[in-house]
Amino acid sequence: MNDMTVMDSTVEAQRTKMAAQNVNVYYGDTHAIKDVNVEIEDKTVTAFIGPSGCGKSTFLRCLNRMNDTIDICRVTGDILLEGEDIYDKRVDPVQLRAQVGMVFQKPNPFPKSIYDNVAYGPRIHGLAKNKADLDEIVERSLRRGAIWDEVKDRLQSPGTGLSGGQQQRLCIARAVATEPEVLLMDEPCSALDPIATAQVEELIDELRESYSVVIVTHSMQQAARVSQKTAFFHLGNLVEFGPTGQIFTNPEDPRTESYITGRIG
Amino acid sequence: MPLFWLILIVLVIAAVGYMLGRSRALANAGGDSRELHSLPSYYGWNVALKAMVPTFVLLIVWLLVQPLYVNSVISGMIPANVIDDGSSRGLVMAEVRRAANGLDNAVAQGVMDEEFARNARADFTDVSQVLKDAGQIVTTEVTQPVLRAAQRYRIVNATGYQIMSIVAVVLALAGTLFALRETRALFRARNVVELGIHALLVGAASIAVLTTVGILLSLVFNTWEFFKLYPASDFFFGLNWAPSFSGRGGSSDLGVLPLLWGTFYISIVALAVAVPIGLFAAIYLSEYASPRIRSIAKPLLEILAGIPTIVYGLFALLTVGPLLLKVFGNEGLGWMQAGTAVMTAGLVMGIMLIPFVSSLSDDIINAVPQAMRDGSYGLGATQSETIRQVVIPAALPGIVGAILLAASRAIGETMIVVLGAGAAARLSLNPFEAMTTVTAKIVSQLTGDADFASPEALVAFALGMTLFVLTLCLNIIALYIVRKYREQYE
Repeated sequence: MNDMTVMDSTVEAQRTKMAAQNVNVYYGDTHAIKDVNVEIEDKTVTAFIGPSGCGKSTFLRCLNRMNDTIDICRVTGDILLEGEDIYDKRVDPVQLRAQVGMVFQKPNPFPKSIYDNVAYGPRIHGLAKNKADLDEIVERSLRRGAIWDEVKDRLQSPGTGLSGGQQQRLCIARAVATEPEVLLMDEPCSALDPIATAQVEELIDELRESYSVVIVTHSMQQAARVSQKTAFFHLGNLVEFGPTGQIFTNPEDPRTESYITGRIG
Repeated sequence: MPLFWLILIVLVIAAVGYMLGRSRALANAGGDSRELHSLPSYYGWNVALKAMVPTFVLLIVWLLVQPLYVNSVISGMIPANVIDDGSSRGLVMAEVRRAANGLDNAVAQGVMDEEFARNARADFTDVSQVLKDAGQIVTTEVTQPVLRAAQRYRIVNATGYQIMSIVAVVLALAGTLFALRETRALFRARNVVELGIHALLVGAASIAVLTTVGILLSLVFNTWEFFKLYPASDFFFGLNWAPSFSGRGGSSDLGVLPLLWGTFYISIVALAVAVPIGLFAAIYLSEYASPRIRSIAKPLLEILAGIPTIVYGLFALLTVGPLLLKVFGNEGLGWMQAGTAVMTAGLVMGIMLIPFVSSLSDDIINAVPQAMRDGSYGLGATQSETIRQVVIPAALPGIVGAILLAASRAIGETMIVVLGAGAAARLSLNPFEAMTTVTAKIVSQLTGDADFASPEALVAFALGMTLFVLTLCLNIIALYIVRKYREQYE
C-alpha cells in the first residue's frame, strides 16, 4: 500500500450522514472535548487522528452514545444522525447503537461460536424471519468481514479460538450484521500485526461502498491509506478537518503540520 | 528443667549468637559493611539458625520418642501375674502412668517429699490414701508392683529429660560455635538464610499435607474395621437405618441409603433456594446497583455468611418450623406432621448458602471483561440482554464452580439438620416429613455410649468416608468444569 495513492485520489462530495455541532464533553470536572463541529459524510471513511488523550476516542463514543454507560460523563451540544438529534429524549440509545455500530480497539468476540457471534445482533433485533434467513445474514456478514473463507468450515467453533486479526474481522462482521448506517472503529488495528492490519484496512476500504465509516487511529500512515476525510484533534479541540490529501500535504494549522511531521505527539 | 526454661535458654543462646555473628562478620570486614558478601544481619541469622534449628528438631524428636521408650522399659517390668483377667497390659500401664503423675503432683504440692515418693512401699503405707488426700485421681488401690513401676517410671522419665536438657544446650552451643567459625566476610550467609526460609516453608506445607493424609488414613482404616464387622453390601444397599443402642451389635440395620437420600433431598431444597436468589442478587449487585448501594449491600449479605450455623439451626427450629407447620400442618393443608422436616432444614440451609453463591458469583461476574459488555452494547443490546447472553455465559464456569462449592457445604452441614430436619432416617418423597442426613447420624452414632469397637460406632467412619468421597467428587467436577471452560473464555 502506497501512502500517496489515496492522497491523489479525488474525493467526490457525499451527502452528510452525521453532524456534530458545538459538542462539549465533560468527565466529571475534566473538559474532554471542546466545541467540536464535524460533518461525517455517507460512504466515506473519516479518520480521527491526534496524540493520546486528545479526546478522539471520547468523541467517537459520543456518536453512538456509548458514553451513556459511564456515569460521570456529560455531553452538551447537538449530534445529528440524518438530521435528527441522537441525544433527544425520544431517541432510544439501544436502538441508536444498532444504527451506529462499533468495533473496538481490542477484538472482543463473545464466548460463543463464530456463528452465534455474528447472529447475536440480528437475533436481538429480530432481523431474520427464519433460520435460513439468519444463515444467509451470517454468511453475508462474514463475507463482508472478509473472513468467510477462513471460517466457513468451523462456524460452530468458538470465536475466541481465532487469531487476533481473524477475531477483529469477526467483530467487524458482527457489527455489519445488524445493518448499521455508520460504523465506528476505535483503533481497530492497534492490537494486530502488520499482515492482519493490512487485511483489516483493505476491508475498511471495501466497507466504504455501503457505509459511512469513522475510524480512530494513532497511525498517520493508516489514516492516509484508508480515509478520505481526516480530523486532527489536539487537547480536546478539533484543530483541522478536511480532505485527507490536503491535511497530509498542505495543512492549514501549524499544529497539524507539527503533528504529522512528528514534532508534537 | 522445665521445657519452657530450656526453650528460653536456647533462644538466649541464639540471640547472643546473632549479636556475635554480626559483629564478627563486621570485624572480619574491617568494620566496612560494603566489604561483606551479605548484609550484617544475615550473618547474625546464620548463627542463630544454626543454634536453634538442630536443637529444636532434636527436642521435638526426643519428646516424641522418650515416652515410647519409657513405656516399653516399664511395661517390661510389670510381672505377668499382676495383669488381671479381662484387663490388659495397656490398662495396667495407664494405671502406672496415673500413679506416677499423682506422685509428681503430690511432690509438687508438698504433700510428700521426694524421698517418700521414691521409696514408699504400698505394702507398708497406704500410698493410695495419701494420693487421694493430695487430691490426685487414683482409680483402684495402688498395688506394690504398680507403685514400683510408677516410681521407676518417674525416675527413668526424669533422667531422660535431664539428658535431653544437657544435650539440647550442648547442641545449641556447638551450633553457635560452628557457625561463628565459618563467619567470614566472604561467607554467603544470605544464601544460607534463604535456604533456611525455604526449609521453613516446605515444612509448613508438608505438615498441612501430612495431616490431611493422616486424617484420610484414619478414616480408611476405621472404615476397613467397620466392613470387617458389617457387610459392605448391606451398608451401601440397605434400605433401613436402625442401629441398636444396646452396644452389642448384631441386630442393627445400618443401610446408608436413607441417610444419603435425606442428605440429597435437603441439599436440593437448599440449592433450589440459594442458587436463584444468590445468583440474582449477584447480578443486581454487580451490574445494576450503584456503587453506593453495592458498598452497603454486599457487606450486609456477607454478614449472613458469618452467622454460626447453630444460630441458623435455632432459627429453623423456633421460627421456620412453626411457621411452615401453620401453613402446611393439620390446621392448614394437612401435609405436615411436625415442625422438623426436610422443607424446614432445606429452606434455612438455603438462606445460609445465599451469601456463598452471591459473593462468589459477584466476583466472577465482575471479572468478565468490560470489553464484552461494550461489544454487546455497541450492537444495540439492552442491559438484560447483555447479561443473559454475554455476561452469564462468560461467567458460567465460575458460577457452576460456586454452586458446586455451595453444594458441598450443604452436604456437609450438620447443625441445621439436627435441629431442623429431625432424626428419623426415612426414604420418602414428601418434603414435609422429617428426615435425617449422613452428618447428623455421624454425630448421634459417636455421642452415645457405644463401645468404639462396635459396628454402631465404627459406622460413623464409613459414613464419614462416604461423605468425603461424595464431596471430593463434587469438588473434582467443579474444578474440571472451571478448567475446561476457562481457556475458552479468555
